[in-house]
Amino acid sequence: MAIRVQTEDFDAGSELRRLRAGDRNIGAVASFVGLVRDLASAPVAEMVLEHYPGMTEKSLQAIVSEAQARWRLLGAAVIHRVGRLRAGEQIVWVGCASEHRREAFAACEFIVDALKTRAPFWKKEYTPDGPRWVDARAADEQAARRWEGDDDDPAHRP
Amino acid sequence: MLKLLYFARLRENLGVAAEQIALPAGVVDVATLAWHLRARGDAWARELAPERPIRAAVNQAMARGETRIRDGDEIAFFPPVTGG
Repeated sequence: MAIRVQTEDFDAGSELRRLRAGDRNIGAVASFVGLVRDLASAPVAEMVLEHYPGMTEKSLQAIVSEAQARWRLLGAAVIHRVGRLRAGEQIVWVGCASEHRREAFAACEFIVDALKTRAPFWKKEYTPDGPRWVDARAADEQAARRWEGDDDDPAHRP
Repeated sequence: MLKLLYFARLRENLGVAAEQIALPAGVVDVATLAWHLRARGDAWARELAPERPIRAAVNQAMARGETRIRDGDEIAFFPPVTGG
């Protein structure tokens, strides 16, 4: 299970090929790419992603391990960038491989939801009006809470 | 000794990223440590005020107010996370 925290960009295509390489039991790969976007109120010229070295890697590893415990995964990987990023750049890549699509889709969504509320990253945006720290969104907390409880069937999620 | 770390808005507004302090008398958990740091006044009282949405980690694991603290621990204070 690959966890990477890096300043450099990544190639989603080669990450996806690496995730599925060498395992013919893999029948499905779901992946997610998060991007730096402009806000409705102001264009974001760039942002800086700060993190907590050490805890970042541990928390991502713990999240991936939880996903593996919940779903039958044949592979999972998370890449998260830190440092200075411009609008349109890739921030995060999550990939999950499994025999069938349902596990891959569900695990990928779970990992993204969990890392948004539990992994120690902080975004600071630089807009024409000056720099501002991004506030945490209640919607992200709600999305992460959907996964609490014993019902692992994604079809039964609210 | 305790290793204290501050991130993001807290790091900027407190003007410190990391410090080492002797385990203060009466500090047994995250809540009592925050109370001890608030007594420094000014930015400390403002940034660590109980109504602020501050998160903490003890030894690189998310913690709560009642999470115990022991000599040698690494404790971090930071705003709610905004990655992804």
